[in-house]
Amino acid sequence: MLAVVGTVPQADYPLVAGRVRAAGDQVLLEGHGVPVNRGTPALLAAALKVSEVLGRPPVWGYLVGDIGRGDGSRRLYGYLTRHLAGADFHTIVFHYLQPDVDWHQRVLFAVAEMARRPILIADAGFMYAAKMSGQASEYDLFTPDVGELAFLADETAPHPFYTRGFMLHEENQVPDLVARAYAHDNAARALLVKGRRDYLAGPGGVVATIEQPSHEAMEAIGGTGDTLTGIVAALIAAGFEITAAAVLAARINRVAGHLAQPSPATQVSEIIRRIPRAMEMVLEENHART
Amino acid sequence: MAFWKFWRRRPPLVPQSPSMDRGFLVFENTSEVIRAENILKNQGWQVSVMGPPPELRQGCDLVIEFPLLAELEIVRILREAGLPPLQAVPVSGPLLTPVGLFQIKDFGDYLMVRAANMKVTVAKDTGTIVNISGGGCPDVPYLAHALVGKSLAQAPRPRDLGHTLCGYALQLAVEEMERQCSP
Repeated sequence: MLAVVGTVPQADYPLVAGRVRAAGDQVLLEGHGVPVNRGTPALLAAALKVSEVLGRPPVWGYLVGDIGRGDGSRRLYGYLTRHLAGADFHTIVFHYLQPDVDWHQRVLFAVAEMARRPILIADAGFMYAAKMSGQASEYDLFTPDVGELAFLADETAPHPFYTRGFMLHEENQVPDLVARAYAHDNAARALLVKGRRDYLAGPGGVVATIEQPSHEAMEAIGGTGDTLTGIVAALIAAGFEITAAAVLAARINRVAGHLAQPSPATQVSEIIRRIPRAMEMVLEENHART
Repeated sequence: MAFWKFWRRRPPLVPQSPSMDRGFLVFENTSEVIRAENILKNQGWQVSVMGPPPELRQGCDLVIEFPLLAELEIVRILREAGLPPLQAVPVSGPLLTPVGLFQIKDFGDYLMVRAANMKVTVAKDTGTIVNISGGGCPDVPYLAHALVGKSLAQAPRPRDLGHTLCGYALQLAVEEMERQCSP
């Protein structure tokens, strides 16, 4: 089963753990609904779509309200340290959480106590914490955008806000930034770099690029990176190997965007609705090719 | 399986840089340091007073160590208390400065500005914020909810609502957008 750990942007949303289900443009966990706009709810909604199409078990969620003060994140970190050791998940995604090196370490200790090592994916704030803690290589997959890749590549930066200026956050710099991130041990075993062109990379450099269909407007739409992370996580949890899952996920996300005919003002929920159709198209195309 | 057993037997994980998520607040004099420490501790923040590294010695021989990710909120608290710090810098690199380069993308009817990991997109004809993307701290979805759909002139400032460095980066992106959209 896939587990997703993250926050929702409501101060009064309680700490809840359980099976997640979709209800219209909301995701529901233990009766607590949250709109799918961006962030972890968008990731969850995309993962649910993929799981449904593949006939996989529902997604398990660990969610808490946090509007940036970090209080919710710290409660969730504490909960994870007490409960993860007894859990059994194939894949865990850590997402929008207040970056905190000390809590990150404690959660990683709890993961190490699990009977079966899950595949570990980190994105957003938890990826920042993984890099800051010097434990990036403990993860199987990071899903940064180009700005975040520059942060991973800058060994001195504690946060993307402090990435040094000479680290050009440009798409044509991706191979160099990937090499630098691995040289300083600040990357997971695989990187899925989200952007105008998506890159899949490993310690040996870029292994695949996915750039079609291409809509420049996708870069402006909040949540399209979250949906990509949700899709790749659900595919991995369904048994796809990481490289194959990443390439498929990038394609599915792009096709779903294409089906929505996006403009820079499009909202991500319009793209999430198209994920099942996009999956059918990409899986058929993949099947025909093999 | 063998790898997993090896992984589980690893020695305790030790951060390469335990202070990577901490910052220093620099003040004019020691009196301000002590007052700022009291204000922050009374509000529940984990801060401590210590001697500054050589790069930060400006006369005052004390600095406050604070959780760097909460820079936006902590500086706001101190500003409201009449104690704005001279500087807020990362412990891991006191000479590091906030991102100063912006990427601008013109979509025709829309303009997008990126600062570090944060992007804001505005409809040119109305000045309405139509999307906010990027970022990884939990105030990003919260700020997006508060800002999207409002005009640049009417939207709340990320500096006033945000708490983290992602919120700070969004503030810089919004300021650059205002500069780009000004006549």
